[in-house]
Amino acid sequence: MGYTLNFNLIWRHFDKLWGGLLLSLELAVISIAIGIVIGLVLAVWYVSAGRVVRGIIAAYVEFIRNVPLILLVYLVFYGLPTVVDLVYSAQTSFVATLALYSGAYLVEVFRSGLEAVPRGQLDAGKAIGLTPWQRLIHVRLPTMMRITLPALSNTFISLFKDTSVASVISVPELTYGAQWINFNTFRIVEVYLVVTAMYLMTGYILLFALRLVERWYRTAR
Amino acid sequence: MATSSNNSTALLDIAEVSKSFGSVSVLRSVSLTVAKGEVVTVIGPSGSGKTTLLRCVNFLESYDSGSIRIDGKEVGYRDAGTRQRRSERDLAAMRAETGMVFQGFNLFPHLTAAGNIMLGLTKVRGKSSAEARSIAEHWLGRVGLGHKADSLPAELSGGQQQRVGIARAVAMEPKILLLDEITSALDPELVGEVLAVVRSLAEDGMTMVMVTHEMAFARDASSRIVFMADGGVSAVGPPREVLAAETTNERLRTFLARFRASHF
Ligand SMILES: Nc1ncnc2c1ncn2[C@@H]1O[C@H](COP(=O)(O)OP(=O)(O)OP(=O)(O)O)[C@@H](O)[C@H]1O
Ligand SMILES: [Mg+2]
Repeated sequence: MGYTLNFNLIWRHFDKLWGGLLLSLELAVISIAIGIVIGLVLAVWYVSAGRVVRGIIAAYVEFIRNVPLILLVYLVFYGLPTVVDLVYSAQTSFVATLALYSGAYLVEVFRSGLEAVPRGQLDAGKAIGLTPWQRLIHVRLPTMMRITLPALSNTFISLFKDTSVASVISVPELTYGAQWINFNTFRIVEVYLVVTAMYLMTGYILLFALRLVERWYRTAR
Repeated sequence: MATSSNNSTALLDIAEVSKSFGSVSVLRSVSLTVAKGEVVTVIGPSGSGKTTLLRCVNFLESYDSGSIRIDGKEVGYRDAGTRQRRSERDLAAMRAETGMVFQGFNLFPHLTAAGNIMLGLTKVRGKSSAEARSIAEHWLGRVGLGHKADSLPAELSGGQQQRVGIARAVAMEPKILLLDEITSALDPELVGEVLAVVRSLAEDGMTMVMVTHEMAFARDASSRIVFMADGGVSAVGPPREVLAAETTNERLRTFLARFRASHF
């Protein structure tokens, strides 16, 4: 137990971590944004579709949810270019993968939210003469948002943490930065202490911000 | 009183409507006409089909046979005797002509009292939001909630929510208003304020079909009372006649007796 903590080398390379954190956030934001579009479109489609479409959407969700993210990342980055004629960077590859991945989780969140909208509200929308599209936009989606926001926040935080998987294909996000410093300084305990703290802090800040959004949404008029 | 299906002065003409949910027959050849300005109250035991009948009138529920016309126009199906369902767009336009107030209020929780009323006015009636706002304020004033325009439903009492529900329906200027047990979910002390609003609408000549268990109110406010039993119209007539204790209709007498025992 003669190990003494020494953070000096960490601070010297802190730009690797800070830049990594910013990239992690960027990856998360872009992937989640695409994932939200995928999730919303498929969820709305699912609740109004017939058996075949439902089956296809369910298969996508089940596939993604049952395969570890790291495998999907390898599959898209190393596997896909060998069968299709596409050239893309590791970063693009990861964003595409995490977008598909978050899409599958968000379909589930949105679908259960849509199904939880009370029938009475949809009836009320029908009764005043709203068309199906108007009911979706003005009644169903706003109510769904109120129902799903807490679950949505948790999913977002979890997807932010999942950006660490990008390190396996050398995308220089936060975890990759940590590994780089570890390999070059051997201050393994220090670097992971600092990085853990950074993930925790960022997670808490995100959660706090999302809770503010939830509160605002509940009381907005 | 005329109840035949070819009464040409009828605003609402329900003719031999039948409906079943799976193997359960819920409406059995129900016929009923309602003239403009009439207030018709539907009473009957639980499960007799009252709610289903109202929901068929604005096609929230489809029916298997028969026809329902408002102002001569078939509600849910294309005319000319086909059983072809109208397009969703057509159905929406038809539904805008009937107002409905629900037992559970069913206000849109993300919209204020005024917002609830404005939604249909702007999206369905095509009014500007300034115009819709002033109509909403007018109706909120009428139901005694002029000061609650910017409150969310969650900030209102049940009675207040239901009055918003009524304002939301009548602001669309429907030809006919359907009210399904609109006071059943309210604490007894809040029932009066809601019924007062209904009474004032009746005085304005609003055509209404309502389901209620408030017998005293039904007796005082209705032009006619319909007694439903087992999915059919078992008795229909002026309140005094239908609610008379010495009626020869066995089912009605049982219903009223049980009702008096539990409610008076
Ligand atoms: N969506 C549905 N699916 C299956 N059965 C239904 C459905 N809606 C109503 N029913 C059945 O139809 C019958 C009539 O129901 P309805 O709600 O019209 O009765 P009601 O007269 O309004 O009763 P209550 O006084 O309890 O409100 C009942 O037996 C009910 O169980
Ligand atoms: Mg009912």
